Amino acid sequence: MKLLRIQLACELRILARNGEQLLLILGIPMLLLAFLGNVDLLPTGDQSSIDFLIPGIIALAIMSTAMVSLGIATGFERSYLVLKRLGATPLGVPRLVLAKALSVLAVEIVQVILLVGLAYLFGADLAVLHLAKLVLAIALGTLAFSGIGLSLAGRLRGEVNLAAQNALYLVLLLVGGIVFPLQDLPSWLQWMGRVTPSGALADVMRDVFSATSTYGASSLVVLLGWAIAGQLSAFKLFRWN
Amino acid sequence: MSIALKTSASVGLSVSQLVIKYGDITAVDAISFTALPGRVTVFLGPNGAGKTSTIEACEGLSAPTSGSVQVLGLDPFLQRKQLNRVMGIMLQDGGIYPSARVGELVKQYCALYGNGVDANALVARLGLRDVSNTTYRRLSGGEKQRLSLALALAALPEIIFLDEPTSGIDVNGRDLVRSIIRELRERGCCVIVATHELDEAERIADDVLVFHRGNIVASGTLHELRSGREEIRFRSSSLIDVHSLSTTLGYTVEQTRQNEFTISGTSDSRVIVQLTDWAKANNVDIGDIGAGSQRLDDVFRRLTAEPAS
Repeated sequence: MKLLRIQLACELRILARNGEQLLLILGIPMLLLAFLGNVDLLPTGDQSSIDFLIPGIIALAIMSTAMVSLGIATGFERSYLVLKRLGATPLGVPRLVLAKALSVLAVEIVQVILLVGLAYLFGADLAVLHLAKLVLAIALGTLAFSGIGLSLAGRLRGEVNLAAQNALYLVLLLVGGIVFPLQDLPSWLQWMGRVTPSGALADVMRDVFSATSTYGASSLVVLLGWAIAGQLSAFKLFRWN
Repeated sequence: MSIALKTSASVGLSVSQLVIKYGDITAVDAISFTALPGRVTVFLGPNGAGKTSTIEACEGLSAPTSGSVQVLGLDPFLQRKQLNRVMGIMLQDGGIYPSARVGELVKQYCALYGNGVDANALVARLGLRDVSNTTYRRLSGGEKQRLSLALALAALPEIIFLDEPTSGIDVNGRDLVRSIIRELRERGCCVIVATHELDEAERIADDVLVFHRGNIVASGTLHELRSGREEIRFRSSSLIDVHSLSTTLGYTVEQTRQNEFTISGTSDSRVIVQLTDWAKANNVDIGDIGAGSQRLDDVFRRLTAEPAS
């Protein structure tokens, strides 16, 4: 526990000093919510734009923080040989991965508070918000996406990692039903989106915020599967050097 | 920091038939050696000779293709967790978050190793107190090297691997690094230093392994490497027929650098007299005559000389 605490403190310090990164991961989802929530561009059915968007935008925030931001930062740490140096301390891979996941979780808590607050200001109906389910969804989403991000960062060269994280982000954003309903996609894409971590997280978030989940408990099972697979993959594929 | 060691391994580092390949390239070719606690063993060789690859295999940071490595009697791969508690490493370059501050980083590493090293005292010992709140990216080259050394010392190491520890450091910084290496040796630590700087090796080494093209081409103490290799050195700006002079003196004469000549295999004063007589007779100006053991750079040059194409 002591080593985990030491590394977590270090991760948080480094994150807090990376102002541009923080601005991006906090600012972009808020900007998207503010813009898309106030223009009538999306096929939101019976729901208001803001009610439709808030679950997807929170899923997007978790994906960008836990996967892209963490993955790219870890990729840079690899190229700076920080991981190689830490590999020769008593820290160990499990503690490092967990410290990184927990630092991401801390950022996500801030993100969720800001996004839900903003949505409330824009008139979102939060009456059915299920807090316990929200915590569970954030935890599983973080484990799933940080596992994927660290798996890529732990194996790929710096530039390849950067490209891979961004490309995967784009694919998961498009097929995950984050900013438009999954049901509006062709059926084969709907099936694909349903089994992606972004699709599962967005659907679980819809259940959390408005009880409008399309696939119900199966999305939670898919997300749980990605959380386990992501972490196992990170432990297995991660290399110090 | 003069604290007794926890283990009593009689051999600090033992490497047997170590082979490291990167694809088709053989970086290290079946080398074997041992390094002892309480001694400074220097890996000497040009860039790309296999020094860093060997060190990384010993640190457990890269897997050897074949062969075995024992560090303090432990396998650096299978018993890495145990070894990482008492092994200090200083990478050739980098290894630190650019936005991390000196003081907090030393504190973090002291806490990670948990061997009771006082972070503030370590920062002061390495002359980093004035830059304690400075981020790594703002440090000078020498300060970066000293910080990297501080992180290695945070382990209170029983074995320490220092890869080019004086590279880019000014004269005072070098003196500091050398004095720390001496302290580590006196404490009984097994000190492994990789360098391509011959002058540095001469100053700190107890034992030297000369690496060349993935092989160890010579090993021993500095005295052993030089012994039996007496020479007389002199300078001359005149054109000298080295073959004729070799025949006259009965020893091989070579031009080693511009205006610099070496008579190999002797440091006898009678040969010096013969040389000055020959110079006088042939109207050749000579000067800076010196005699003694071969310099390490000459030993090194001879050992790592490429065959003429």
